[in-house]
Amino acid sequence: MGSITLEHVNKSFGEVEIIPDISLDIRDGEFVVFVGPSGCGKSTLLRLIAGLEDTTSGHIRLDGQDVTDAPPAKRGLAMVFQSYALYPHMSVRDNIAFPLKMAKMPQADIDRKVEYAARTLNLGSYLDRRPRALSGGQRQRVAIGRAIVREPKAFLFDEPLSNLDAALRVNMRLEITELHQQLKTTMIYVTHDQVEAMTMADRIVVLNAGNVEQFGSPLELYKNPANRFVAGFIGSPKMNFVDGAEAAKHGVHSIGVRPEHFRISTSEGPWKGTVNVAEQLGSDTFLHVQTDFGLMTVRADGDQTFKHGDTIYLTPDQTRIYRFDAAGKAI
Amino acid sequence: MARRVPVQTRIGFTILAWAIALLLFSPILWTLVTAFKTEAEAIASPPTFLPQTWTLDNFGAVQDRSDYVKHATNSIIVSVGSTLLGLLIAIPAAWSMAFAPSKRTKDILMWMLSTKMMPAVGVLIPIYLIFRDLRLLDTVHGLTLIMTLINLPIIIWMLYTYFKEIPVDILEAARMDGAELWNEIRHVLVPMAVPGIASTLLLNVILAWNEAFWTITLTSGRAGTLTAFISSFSSPQGLFLAKLSAASLLAIAPILLLGWFSQKQLVRGLTFGAVK
Repeated sequence: MGSITLEHVNKSFGEVEIIPDISLDIRDGEFVVFVGPSGCGKSTLLRLIAGLEDTTSGHIRLDGQDVTDAPPAKRGLAMVFQSYALYPHMSVRDNIAFPLKMAKMPQADIDRKVEYAARTLNLGSYLDRRPRALSGGQRQRVAIGRAIVREPKAFLFDEPLSNLDAALRVNMRLEITELHQQLKTTMIYVTHDQVEAMTMADRIVVLNAGNVEQFGSPLELYKNPANRFVAGFIGSPKMNFVDGAEAAKHGVHSIGVRPEHFRISTSEGPWKGTVNVAEQLGSDTFLHVQTDFGLMTVRADGDQTFKHGDTIYLTPDQTRIYRFDAAGKAI
Repeated sequence: MARRVPVQTRIGFTILAWAIALLLFSPILWTLVTAFKTEAEAIASPPTFLPQTWTLDNFGAVQDRSDYVKHATNSIIVSVGSTLLGLLIAIPAAWSMAFAPSKRTKDILMWMLSTKMMPAVGVLIPIYLIFRDLRLLDTVHGLTLIMTLINLPIIIWMLYTYFKEIPVDILEAARMDGAELWNEIRHVLVPMAVPGIASTLLLNVILAWNEAFWTITLTSGRAGTLTAFISSFSSPQGLFLAKLSAASLLAIAPILLLGWFSQKQLVRGLTFGAVK
């Protein structure tokens, strides 16, 4: 079991308030991603749950039990760090066995569990190596191995993939998702990468300046963002925003259109613009179009051959225009 | 690309380096050869460099007059004992300063170091009186205690600098893995800081071995270490340069050998973390 509840959690470092007041309910077995720009408090929130930081006020419950004042060792959670944080003086085997040794498990059980974890993570032939003799991806697997052997109530991941190269990152992303499907243990995953958030999460917590902007499933966030911040943060490329007279036509302070929700024409349409840059990805072409309301990003299909200086006309899909009031709240 | 240094410059620097090294080594070399001279030759003018007749008499005389083995044993107990005791106190202290600092940590570190800036003689009288009242005068454990205390600031400072180089993530990982404080220090911090701890240990053994002020003032016959042993030969009763040299040689030989064999470890420890 591994449900995690935050009740009015507040965290300040001296005068600086990092997390003003957060309440969250994470269900057992859920894969929850904390996402937000750097400095939004997502890592701090994870460290509060881990017990590596003390809350200033509020309560944290694990399976209904108050663990606010429990040290990390007593919470039964496992964490995977961005830097992997392997013990450099121990072999891979000893790294993975360490939490079991701390739990004073009999040696025979430790051996069995380490072998099992190593097999699951394809680390079998590396067990006697030191971490420095491993590649980044292998180190990350050892870190995950060390987390899974103790069968924790929940896994906490702190930007675990950001030190890996792009190809490996996609691989590990899949592996972690598969691991979750296999173990069905609660996972909390911190990232600044909204693609990771969208692809892995059951539910996403979007954080900004220590506040929860929205908590929902990836598609909920994509389709019904609660405010301009979430609308701009979720989705790649970012949503285009238009203020002023054009927004006033819709009776709101600002409107937003996602790059994929435009119809493109060379002859007619309400928004006229000039192609600034055309980024051809093969499957898609991203057009950066200069219009009267500013620079717009438009997703066209990969066969389009627009180039710098071409004049095009954009028609936003009327059913998919997002409307925001002056405070940025979605209407 | 490697930097190119002209041959003449290289030769020049090599000669300079050798000259400086010889200059620094010359007192020890002089002591070494004098220890094998007769007393008459040791004070001869003009002096001879190598002994005319090599003799081992000085070593025998030194052992006859004062008990070398006893003094050496005291030296070993005091230097190793005070270093181990110091590490036992300093490791947790440096851990808390490096990984759980408070607003005052920097001040405490500076204050500790400042105690080393005061001349030892400044506290001679209070310490002497305390030692007298606690019956610690001329005892090996009393001397070990004072040696621990005078070197503690250096031990803590050195360990603090080494510990600061250890990524805190790794200690946090240990905490997440269920390690209580003691296990975190024993299984993770100490093994990772071994080069630093080893060089701290070596340096403090050397410092305690060579310490003379407190040894000479707080001990006499029973608890004297090798520094007291040497000083007993530089008495005003007469000039026994050859015997003094023999005594000095016997006193510094063990620590010189230790330093020689642990050179690599010492240098590695002293530059630990300088290059990641």
